[in-house]
Amino acid sequence: MGELAVEKHAQYILSVEKRKDDFESLVMEHLRLNGAYWGLTTLDIMHKLGSVNPDEVVTWILSCQDKESGGFGGNVGHDPHVLYTLSAVQVLALLDRLDAVDVDKVSDYVAGLQKEDGSFAGDIWGEIDTRFSYVAICCLSLLHRLNKINVEKAVDYIVSCKNLDGGFGSIPGGESHAGQIFCCVGALAITGSLHHIDRDLLGWWLCERQCKDGGLNGRPEKLTDVCYSWWVLTSLIMIDRVHWIDKNKLSKFILNCQDLEKGGISDRPDNAVDVFHTYFGVAGLSLMEYPGLKPIDPAYALPVDVVNRIFFQK
Amino acid sequence: MHGRPRKATKQEDPAAAAAKSARLRELQSQLLHFHHNRIYTKEAVSVSSKLLEINPEIYTGWNYRKLAFQHNLKEVSDTDTDTDTETIKSAIEDELRMVEVALRRNPKSYGAWYHRKWILGQKLVPANFDHEFRLLDMLLKADARNFHGWNYRRFIARLKDVSEEEELKYTMDMINTNFSNYSAWHNRSMLLSKLLRKKAKGFHEEESILSDEFELVRQALFTDPSDQSGWFYHLWLLDQTSTPHKPHLVSSWPSDKLNIEISAQFKEKCERFPIIFCFNQQVDGVNLATVTINSKLVSSEHITWKPLSANNSRKSKIWVGFLENFNKYCDNSEGLSVEISVHCCESIVHLKFVMKLSHMDHQGENGDGFEELFLWDCPKSQEINPYLVSYDPWRLRVESVEEDTKWHLDTLSAEIALFKEMSECDEDSKFVKLTLARLLGAHNSIKSGGSAYFEEILKLYDDLIKLDAPHYRYYRDERSLVLLDQMTSSKDSLVEYCSRCENSSFSCINPQLCINFSGLNLTRIGFVERLLWVQILDLSHNNLTSILGLEALQLLVCLNLSHNQIMSFTALEPIKSLQSLKVLDLSFNEIGSHPVDTTRYLCSSPLSHTCNVTETMEELARENIKIGDFWEAILLFESLQLAQLDMQGNPVTNERFRVLVGKVIPCLKWLDGKPVR
Repeated sequence: MGELAVEKHAQYILSVEKRKDDFESLVMEHLRLNGAYWGLTTLDIMHKLGSVNPDEVVTWILSCQDKESGGFGGNVGHDPHVLYTLSAVQVLALLDRLDAVDVDKVSDYVAGLQKEDGSFAGDIWGEIDTRFSYVAICCLSLLHRLNKINVEKAVDYIVSCKNLDGGFGSIPGGESHAGQIFCCVGALAITGSLHHIDRDLLGWWLCERQCKDGGLNGRPEKLTDVCYSWWVLTSLIMIDRVHWIDKNKLSKFILNCQDLEKGGISDRPDNAVDVFHTYFGVAGLSLMEYPGLKPIDPAYALPVDVVNRIFFQK
Repeated sequence: MHGRPRKATKQEDPAAAAAKSARLRELQSQLLHFHHNRIYTKEAVSVSSKLLEINPEIYTGWNYRKLAFQHNLKEVSDTDTDTDTETIKSAIEDELRMVEVALRRNPKSYGAWYHRKWILGQKLVPANFDHEFRLLDMLLKADARNFHGWNYRRFIARLKDVSEEEELKYTMDMINTNFSNYSAWHNRSMLLSKLLRKKAKGFHEEESILSDEFELVRQALFTDPSDQSGWFYHLWLLDQTSTPHKPHLVSSWPSDKLNIEISAQFKEKCERFPIIFCFNQQVDGVNLATVTINSKLVSSEHITWKPLSANNSRKSKIWVGFLENFNKYCDNSEGLSVEISVHCCESIVHLKFVMKLSHMDHQGENGDGFEELFLWDCPKSQEINPYLVSYDPWRLRVESVEEDTKWHLDTLSAEIALFKEMSECDEDSKFVKLTLARLLGAHNSIKSGGSAYFEEILKLYDDLIKLDAPHYRYYRDERSLVLLDQMTSSKDSLVEYCSRCENSSFSCINPQLCINFSGLNLTRIGFVERLLWVQILDLSHNNLTSILGLEALQLLVCLNLSHNQIMSFTALEPIKSLQSLKVLDLSFNEIGSHPVDTTRYLCSSPLSHTCNVTETMEELARENIKIGDFWEAILLFESLQLAQLDMQGNPVTNERFRVLVGKVIPCLKWLDGKPVR
């Protein structure tokens, strides 16, 4: 089995941070805050967070905050949205700088997005998706403000998105998809509600995502992709069924997706790399206890030592 | 981000690339300028069109367009006294056109799809449904698995108030075009269950509907057995056929007609007596109103019923009620007779049992018990245990199953015959073997007295372990359950695993039997409803990573889990509720060697908001112990009253850990075979 080229990937991530003007970077400019989370968390998992200046990062993150609503946009000047608000909180947690924000203002923004039926909109425009349920619950929990929402209704809504194959969709009736499943399982985990899941049924659906090439796909009859090493793997871990896949084969698949020359990991072997897949590949390896990597918490998607610090240190 | 080759197939001319980037950068900064300054002129809006055409993912662009739309409509209604429907229609059409342009670029753009929903959802003018369905047909033909398209289709169908029956026909069309369409099968299953639940016209006869669906999926499986969609649909149909819709009571402790003998010490030391109910599904509503007690000395109010669950769930398969102060009831020679009626399911179940004081003498009954080390060396004996005569698994299976099972058994038998044929033609199909194993298992579980298929099922799983090696641990787990089913299915089979436990100094219910399930390659636990009466259980030398199910064994006093593969303290959550547990052997497991904890969210902890940082933890924190490192062990042990614990052979066990254990379990007498000071 090949090895994880930690140095190369660290350099790749730092270089992406600097590169802002080529077409590929411009097209993703609106989600730079997500990119910051993917890049920095990967660096931390590889014990390389020290190469970053935390003050600079914090200053930039705060500049993405919409002063009026308290929410964060994907980049400076972009509209606030719950997706980027979570990334902001996660990065601040990573750097142990949650003191840099007005916690109540941020949590009020997030809590204000909950609807009557317990679902969550992504922003003021009202798109509903269980992704946003996860993002809101994860964010509020990290800020110790879960009590600002109606947790029971939030759980009820998520359960209403449960399908007959044991998986979850984006809205009631939506087809099961590993990304949505991660969001729903994560939200149920954080709210102590995993008893709503038929773990054997879902576990089997998830373990059948492993294909002949060792990689995982997101739903039946689709192509394998490194990012599913995260979505499927965390879901399996949270319901204690990860032993139903072949970890060796998956590790090999991820390592084969590395660009050993320039650093970074791609969705499939020999495709173009990006920070998104670099994070999911490294995080996936961490979940499989790859040596030398920090363990990552499957529900909060942050290193275990960061999560333990938030919940067990007064 | 997806599907781009690493080495570009043709090198882009650097000048052209720079121009492309500059153009995008210009459009983006113009958009943000117009947006922040609330400029909604035609020119400004056309900038957003150009931008979203190149990059439909810029969500702020879609937000801007919504604001522009609202602003410009308001302008129209402000200037004219009648709102100009033509202007509104034209504005809407501009937006819908923008969405179509964006979808051509990226048919999976969340922003584009939502914008369309947002526009039509306002119902300013009647939607052109023909156009919407045509658009959907086109997109779903290009990609039948585009879930955005399917979600949007459900949205439009609801908007137009299309009946579920009609949408069901659409799924049939999609499936007929191509059997490999998981999205269509999924939609079909959702619509069918809705119609069956509503008992809509033409959908009363669940059995004939399901028979038709079996016929349909059979065609798919025969046409293309390598496609997964049909197999998952078949599993759903099987579940509908073999799972009773209504919950019912499966077993209880005490079981019906049981005569219980209690030792004098049990009566002395134990203030409460557990009554356990085991249902086939998670239920709620077990309480004073639904469980009535008929007895000379005991009344319903003496018992509080609790669901057994790791979190604060109101529902559970296992419910336990404690008969408080029961020791004062057992004194007279007649003993205590109790009748219980359980009303909480569709039917009422009656149970009756009698508790009497034992006349037998026990050695070493002074003190709290456990003055001596408990040793796991109960010899197997040949004599048939009188206790087991009263334990009857078939009496345990409460006869309250209302549903007529003839159609179910016939359907399963037909499917079994078919799949046996299939497996002869196709030796290498894992789905055929797995489905056959599941069908045989379902048949066993429905047919009372069913035990015909155990050996066949075990062989199928052995074949699957070889055939589909990457999933071998899934098959091992299923195999363990089948084995446990077989072992506990009758008195005769269970007797093989029982022995009398002479070596004991603790109070208990007579007789003291040890169940020895060691060395069976078990990877998980099941069928606990048949083991509710067990007090001493040996599960050593297996491959257990999980002990889920053991929480039901409320009478358990001694548990041996040594030489297994338990990876963390959180995996032991089920035993937290075992208040009678005194002896626990965890030696030679893997606690402390795994940085990743797979049961971290299946236990009670602050991370899942199911418990707070406890007093014990705060005290230990004051003594400068890093509770972040030990919270799992602390939360587990502080809830138990162990007298004897074995932890050696786990990487976590060191001097520091032993000291912690001593602090957290004050009543502990024996640690790793040595007396605790």
